[in-house]
Amino acid sequence: MSEIILTPKEQPQVPLEANTITPDSFAGKNIDEISNIAIWNGNKQFRLSEFFDVQGESAENPSEIKIIIDGDIYNTKRIGQSMTAGEITVKGNANMYVGAEMDGGKITVEGNVGSWAGQDMKGGELTVLGNAGDYVGSAYRGDWRGMSGGLITIHGNVGNEIAEYMLGGKMVIKGNVAIMPGIHMNGGLLIIEGNVVARTGGEMKGGTIVVKGVIDEFLAGFKYLGVERNIEVEGEIIEGAFYKFKGDLATKGASGIVYAAVAGNGHIVPK
Amino acid sequence: MELVKNVVCPFCGTLCDDIICKVEDNEIVGTKNACRIGHSKFVHAEGAERYRKPLMRKSGELVEVSMDEAIDKAATILAESKRPLMYGWSCTECDAQAVGVELAEEARAVIDNTASVCHGPSVLALQDVGYPICTFGEVKNRADVVVYWGCNPMHAHPRHLSRNVFGRGFFRDRGRPDRTLIVVDPRKSDSSKLADIHLQLDFNKDYELLDAMRAVLLGHEILYDEVAGIPREKIYEVVDALKNAQFGILFFGMGITHSRGKHRNIDTAIMLVEDLNDSAKFTLIPMRGHYNVTGFNQVCTWESGYPYCVDFSTGTPRYNPGETGSNDLLQNKETDGMMVIASDPGAHFPQKALERMAEIPVIAIEPHRTPTTEMADVVIPPAIVGMETDGTAYRMEGVPIRMRKVVDSGLLPDREILKRILKKVKEIKAASK
Repeated sequence: MSEIILTPKEQPQVPLEANTITPDSFAGKNIDEISNIAIWNGNKQFRLSEFFDVQGESAENPSEIKIIIDGDIYNTKRIGQSMTAGEITVKGNANMYVGAEMDGGKITVEGNVGSWAGQDMKGGELTVLGNAGDYVGSAYRGDWRGMSGGLITIHGNVGNEIAEYMLGGKMVIKGNVAIMPGIHMNGGLLIIEGNVVARTGGEMKGGTIVVKGVIDEFLAGFKYLGVERNIEVEGEIIEGAFYKFKGDLATKGASGIVYAAVAGNGHIVPK
Repeated sequence: MELVKNVVCPFCGTLCDDIICKVEDNEIVGTKNACRIGHSKFVHAEGAERYRKPLMRKSGELVEVSMDEAIDKAATILAESKRPLMYGWSCTECDAQAVGVELAEEARAVIDNTASVCHGPSVLALQDVGYPICTFGEVKNRADVVVYWGCNPMHAHPRHLSRNVFGRGFFRDRGRPDRTLIVVDPRKSDSSKLADIHLQLDFNKDYELLDAMRAVLLGHEILYDEVAGIPREKIYEVVDALKNAQFGILFFGMGITHSRGKHRNIDTAIMLVEDLNDSAKFTLIPMRGHYNVTGFNQVCTWESGYPYCVDFSTGTPRYNPGETGSNDLLQNKETDGMMVIASDPGAHFPQKALERMAEIPVIAIEPHRTPTTEMADVVIPPAIVGMETDGTAYRMEGVPIRMRKVVDSGLLPDREILKRILKKVKEIKAASK
């Protein structure tokens, strides 16, 4: 695998939009050509080399390219957007839309990311070691088809409306979640290892949500199906005892499933 | 004294079109039919300080300058910013808004209106799940079940109830006695006092209550005996009233668009209305605030494809409230130059957004001295639409109404000011190529 190292210079106050930082757009270009790739700073375009030092060696095929962003790019959006192969590692924070519309390959962010990480994801792997904002693995605004494949793992906490309109693939949140995880979910698997504030699976019609932590408030539109032990979801066994709910019966023809760990969730079961 | 009849009130989205203005010496001195808020706007009550000359901030003070100098400065700020924001638009007419969208495209700016802090969530929801809307005429003539959710029209839209609930209609010839009025509000209000049913739900629990109501409507049991502080039996009673409506209408306001969950509250409320149509006829209307906030969303949609929060920075319109909303851009310190027109974010935006406004150059196209003009670098006073100049505005349910000119101010209308700035921005952009 050939490595291309981008060392960020100072991040500008008006954010950068760098959907061209992908193995796909770097493939077949030499380092000079990569340095000249255009990125947006507000409404003006600049060369990549204005904001990053570019080193390393490129390759013909995107699957042979690993891009290492060696620093914090907290004000750069759209890293790895639409990538289909190869690898990107960010050794710091990144802004919105990391791995949006991603179809393959692997992205690892060592810090935090902004909202819409993995928006409309179709395949590949996105891992964030820090926190993420709202709308992880969501749909594009106004679309009713969200993430359809791939794997998103967030090690920290996330915000609202993650897995919005999710259709397929898998998302694992190791930290806590704000409100409305799996809103309008239609398929796929969402595993939350931490706690959820409220509205788990609001208006969901399909798919599975597993919550290992505590759900503060639950929606009345679900149907309680009893306790299940060592559940099997999408071919994997999750150990422990879970309350099982079906819903959200506020929507016509809903058959989504929410599992909530028995430990800590006694208050959401009907008396 | 002259009486000018059939004047349209330029205050709220109810857009009352039966106002009579009393005019003396080219000044409006009184009104008939207007509510107190509308009357105050017509007669400039409350010691409003009116600007009549363009102003620019020089060594900290706003000083009078020529129109050309103010236009030049405004155009320079817009043309030179990397991420200019053009906010407001809801208190001006549609032709001005259309020039505004063209100016935003030319300056590669983000254009956004006050919807992003009021009914923006409703716009997001209707894009997701649809918009079963009707007109005031249908409500007055047909509605037998009227729901006000998260709004207090007695104070915010004072003639709304008299036109839509108390008013006599073709199929509701007794007016109020022929209608069931339901108010959903965590607080007791002057509107809830008039209601047949007041659902006094817990704060921030609109989504939870709607979820339970929808499940009940579809014939399911609900998990809990009480949802959002409302007992199960009460929920059954209300759902029963809704689904037996001959013609039901849901009016909804800020209390639901900006409580926890925002657009998802509206999304599920719209779906409730949609599902109610299996057994009843049911529609909805958002309680839009500014008199032409709806108009901007119409104009912006037909010009750019998106209703608000439109980002022209790369030359193609893009749209994502949460990233391209005015408060997102200000609070994330993304924007580096701002134009405010026909609104007053200085009085209404959160502290963190104002901090950014204080750091960057601000242009205010604004007839009065406001908190926004206090932090502006350029102030250009226009003629007030609906009083000093004419134009089209859209009522809250999307009915376009022509606003009248009542008196003459000698000031330029917004559309003329914007056209001049647009011409200048084009010159600056051409020179820098």
